[in-house]
Amino acid sequence: MEALAMGGYGAYVWSCFGLAFIVTVVIEWRGRVRHNEIYRDIEVRIKALEERE
Amino acid sequence: MWKFFHQMASPPYFYRLAATLIPWFAIPGLILIAYGAYAGLFLVSMDYQQGDAFRIIYVHVPSAYLSMMAYMMMAVGGGIGLIWRLKLAHAVGAAAAPLGAAFTFLALVTGSIWGRPMWGTWWEWGDPRLTSELILLFLYFGYMALRSSIDDTAKADKASAVLALVGVVNVVIVHFSVEWWSSLHQGQTVFKKGTMDADMRIPLFAMLIGFSLIFGAMVLRRLRTEVLFRERRTRWVRELVLSPEGGK
Repeated sequence: MEALAMGGYGAYVWSCFGLAFIVTVVIEWRGRVRHNEIYRDIEVRIKALEERE
Repeated sequence: MWKFFHQMASPPYFYRLAATLIPWFAIPGLILIAYGAYAGLFLVSMDYQQGDAFRIIYVHVPSAYLSMMAYMMMAVGGGIGLIWRLKLAHAVGAAAAPLGAAFTFLALVTGSIWGRPMWGTWWEWGDPRLTSELILLFLYFGYMALRSSIDDTAKADKASAVLALVGVVNVVIVHFSVEWWSSLHQGQTVFKKGTMDADMRIPLFAMLIGFSLIFGAMVLRRLRTEVLFRERRTRWVRELVLSPEGGK
């Protein structure tokens, strides 16, 4: 409990660490999602072209 | 040397190399962050003036450092792209901008949260460090808005590179603001002798290196996406997608 309280600054300290964690996870996840979306779009377009040919 | 740069600038080579490099950045980065966060939160003694609130330094300083590093990366990439016309250099800027904006946002918010118990205020408009960091966030937004408003990639690259180069002035102001003007924000601490105990400094360096490595892994991932998108009509992308093992 002492570690959580952080000498009365717990809300400030933990919110900063929590926010840093969330922001890092979200930007990494967004990067992965965008990569997969672009890869899938290209894959669909190229396979459609292949079939037409 | 030039051969190495040309090889690195080749999109198919870089696309594969980046995939290999990402875990080499991400895994040590995560280990260092885990150590730095644990030591910073639980092992290091509290500061004699700020108490436990000083522990915010372990996320605030790496975020602020990356907010400037990402911008410098955009500017250097833009400069190289304009002078040597390397497409990959422009892609670096496009990949680094959203990450830079996220870390600038994080630096501003964690700084504001830290400021509340220490300065008695969330925000001070007259403070040069705070205001210049906010301008840096707006520069990132402007850079991303400019890129997305121009459909022609070559034109978007040129325009955004110019903006990135002009905005470097603000990065210099962010860095030296605490020395040039009187500021609520404390002066240079991290790299100055005698300002921090070694016990406090070691986890901070671990966090700085860890955040930088994670940032590197994220830039590489986004660069791969950027390269894939820019090269979507090329033969190598076609071969990559149609290959049995794929190329995600």
